[in-house]
Amino acid sequence: MSNHLEMVVEAAAKRFGAQPAPSKGQQWLIVKPERLVALVAALRDEFEFDFLSSLTASDYYPEDHPRFHVVYQLYSNHHNVRVGLRVPISGPKGAEMPIVASLEGLYPVANWHERELFDMFGIRFDGNSDMRRILMPYDWEGHPLRKDYPLGYEEPQFTFNFDDIQVRKHSGRYEEA
Amino acid sequence: MTDEAEVTLEELRHLLSERALTGETVLLNMGPQHPSTHGVLRLLLELDGESVISCIPDIGFLHTGIEKNMEAKTYVKAEVMTDRMDYLNTVGNNLVYCLAMEKLAELDVPPRAQAIRVILTELQRIASHLVWLGTHALDLAAMSTFLYCFREREMILDVLEMCSGQRMMGTYFRPGGLWRDVPAEFEQAVRQILRVFPARVDQYEALLTKNPIFMDRTRNIGVINGKDAVRWGLTGPTLRGSGVNYDVRKAAPYSGYEQYEFDVPVGTGGDVYDRYIMRMAEMRESLKIVRQALDKLPTGAFRSNNRKFVPPPRAELSTSMEAVIHHFKLWTEGFLMPKGYVYLPVESPRGELGCYLESDGGPKPHRVHFRTPSFVHLQALPLLSKGHLVADLVAIIGSVDIVLGDADR
Repeated sequence: MSNHLEMVVEAAAKRFGAQPAPSKGQQWLIVKPERLVALVAALRDEFEFDFLSSLTASDYYPEDHPRFHVVYQLYSNHHNVRVGLRVPISGPKGAEMPIVASLEGLYPVANWHERELFDMFGIRFDGNSDMRRILMPYDWEGHPLRKDYPLGYEEPQFTFNFDDIQVRKHSGRYEEA
Repeated sequence: MTDEAEVTLEELRHLLSERALTGETVLLNMGPQHPSTHGVLRLLLELDGESVISCIPDIGFLHTGIEKNMEAKTYVKAEVMTDRMDYLNTVGNNLVYCLAMEKLAELDVPPRAQAIRVILTELQRIASHLVWLGTHALDLAAMSTFLYCFREREMILDVLEMCSGQRMMGTYFRPGGLWRDVPAEFEQAVRQILRVFPARVDQYEALLTKNPIFMDRTRNIGVINGKDAVRWGLTGPTLRGSGVNYDVRKAAPYSGYEQYEFDVPVGTGGDVYDRYIMRMAEMRESLKIVRQALDKLPTGAFRSNNRKFVPPPRAELSTSMEAVIHHFKLWTEGFLMPKGYVYLPVESPRGELGCYLESDGGPKPHRVHFRTPSFVHLQALPLLSKGHLVADLVAIIGSVDIVLGDADR
């Protein structure tokens, strides 16, 4: 780990309560959603992380706290270091989507990435100027990359697992809701 | 879900100018079926005469749910889907996914496999740039370049075919190395490309670089400065044309790129012409890399010996019980990937292609996400095209080199 990265991790832990969570030699930080924007602003302005390289999410269904991790990948071209951020958030409450603050103000590139997450995971980004679906059709229902969203094929139902699969079925889910 | 989808003007209100509502400007659809959108890209243009006031890219027409599908397949089966994202950079997509798997599994790749991977990805980079060059020139009404480019591209696809059996969707790279070793005639075929290709690049340049019509159409069009390019996440030749030196092959070398000597061309102007110059120079640099890799192509194994992840050679199956067991496990359950998550970038012909791979310890990926350069670059299209003519918009789309399969996944 380079000196710069050590400084970053230390500052993030001390000032923003971020927990280091290294994985396979890469540096990741777990950040509370309310501290995210402040941390990223500091990373951008003080530590020269000029690229928002990637933005995605991961679903931990059926767990609810946290249900999702929103995953950011920042890169500093000047220091040639990368740091990943993971923001744990709770699942949707009924029709209400989980909300995370948008990074569009800091990195304009975040706009489409956040739209993709809105589309695919049903995570709303507060402050995004264009919160529309991007990949799926406008009138699509549901969020395909969620783990409780069926893949599309019909699963064979037997007596022993009939109810389990019925709940997972697309029609079944919407009747229930 | 339903076949009738209506989007009202109100929903797009924030993306259009005031004048769109009064009817002073015209809204015009360009695409999804339009030859110069390089696939199925739809642009909603707000035009004042012929100049573009605002441009709203609409993607997703080629969305095939690759990330979702990969979650339902074992790691190796899922790899087949990666070819189909960016169909001009198939081995590059395999590479980023394999590297991510290898990082998670801590698998070693033998030097021979690494060198062959480098040779093929660099050849693929040239092939991709050739398609880009041909179509880009064609958009600007230079028909003959297209024909020459596709002639040379065929030589490269022949090499890919002799390795994997497929011209494009080969899935040739596998976790731990390659599917099989390269055939005996591989070296000769690559040498042939190395022999003829430098002169061919000169020919393309002779057709375009100093061509007054081409220069008129490309200089000072679609200009973006380095600072904005970084903020909008541009990478690859599109970023380097604006004068920012960032190449993943140099910044975080993978597959032994650190052993090869090559330059990263960096431009100054940040316009369509600069991006053209970048890619032409890159083709020559790629040839340098291929030549070095081929000259010192190591002998030895073409894939790792770790039987928990890599299948045993066919011949072993008749003599070794253990080999049969490994084979059976790998072909039924697949391998169990250690828990963890990684983000791995590589330099695709278009820019930074990143793979976020997360494993929950099972035989199927928990989450795969590809950070694809085309997706990010398309987002900057409104910024690049503002105030230009529709004809210039065509040049700009060509210059950022988008592949819609890459953008939509």
